Amino acid sequence: MVDTNILAKSLEKQGEDANFPFVVNPIPGEVEVLQIVIEDREELPIFISTSDEQILCISYLFAEGELKNDVLDKVNNEMLLANTAMPLSSFAKINDQYVLYGAMSVNSSAEDVVHEIQTLSDNTIDAIETMQNYLK
Amino acid sequence: MSILNKIFTAIKGGAREAGEAIIDKNSIRIFEQEIKDSEDQLEKAKRDLTGILAKEMQAARKIKSLKEDVTKHEQYVSQALSKGSEDLALEIAQKIADIQVELAIEEKSQSSFAGHGKRLKDMIKKTHKGLADMKRQLVMVKTTDSVQKATISITKSYASGSSKLLTAKESLDRIKQKQLDLEDRLSVSESMDDDFDGKSLDEKMKAAGIIEGDNKAQDILAKLKAKK
Repeated sequence: MVDTNILAKSLEKQGEDANFPFVVNPIPGEVEVLQIVIEDREELPIFISTSDEQILCISYLFAEGELKNDVLDKVNNEMLLANTAMPLSSFAKINDQYVLYGAMSVNSSAEDVVHEIQTLSDNTIDAIETMQNYLK
Repeated sequence: MSILNKIFTAIKGGAREAGEAIIDKNSIRIFEQEIKDSEDQLEKAKRDLTGILAKEMQAARKIKSLKEDVTKHEQYVSQALSKGSEDLALEIAQKIADIQVELAIEEKSQSSFAGHGKRLKDMIKKTHKGLADMKRQLVMVKTTDSVQKATISITKSYASGSSKLLTAKESLDRIKQKQLDLEDRLSVSESMDDDFDGKSLDEKMKAAGIIEGDNKAQDILAKLKAKK
């Protein structure tokens, strides 16, 4: 199991080194989550949680309620079709929230996780931009 | 019903209350206990198998030596017969009969050990596969649980924080605006650099044809011609 505190510290340092600055905010809870707030992209943070098996990076796209009427099937279909084209990230749904996520091995390096964060953030902006016409 | 199926059914119930876990703690504990029991069972079966295999080998050794014994005594019989001692030959033959009874018992127990060993091996194989399946399913359950709990942590932090959750469109617009601002700032700073170098106005006037551009060969030639 990855220690989120240690991960938080090494991530911030790695982000600075990669000239991709972000702030790491730990969110306490039964499962500790790290909120990654990226400079100039503060509105779309990335959340990292760890378990025995994996490091999970999630970004929230939009809630089902933000979709226009009668586009649900279309949106779901387009996301499935686009899934394999997207590097490292996949579409998913948690409760009524559409998300993008990337799952990594617990043995991943801080460098790998930062690369994941960067890619996931880029993919998030791309995904919302692509789906814009379906949003209210 | 497979675990994934159960998770599906639980999730399909629609949006759930934050704090309401899809998988209750107790069922995870029960599942973990089942895995532990299965592992113990596997360990015991492996130990049993070692014992059975050893017994089978012992029986096989005994059978080999009894068979050698039979062959040896058969030779004794023919030797006794060739020497004309009919009674002795009969006595030895009786001994052979005794050995063969023992041999039959050993052969029976060997085949019984072998059968038991095969059943144990099959059982171990099956338990192994079942265990791998259960462990994979436990990962599914735990991951679902962890994602669910992480979502609760995230939702709570939004609810308690001052930051209102923006819609995706609002977020995108803001980020795009920031990118534009950055680009504007960059181009402004470039033009400021030009101003400091005194280049900007000159260049603009040159472009507008108000002041002459760099000395061109044509101009020089025209001036020289005019002097003549």
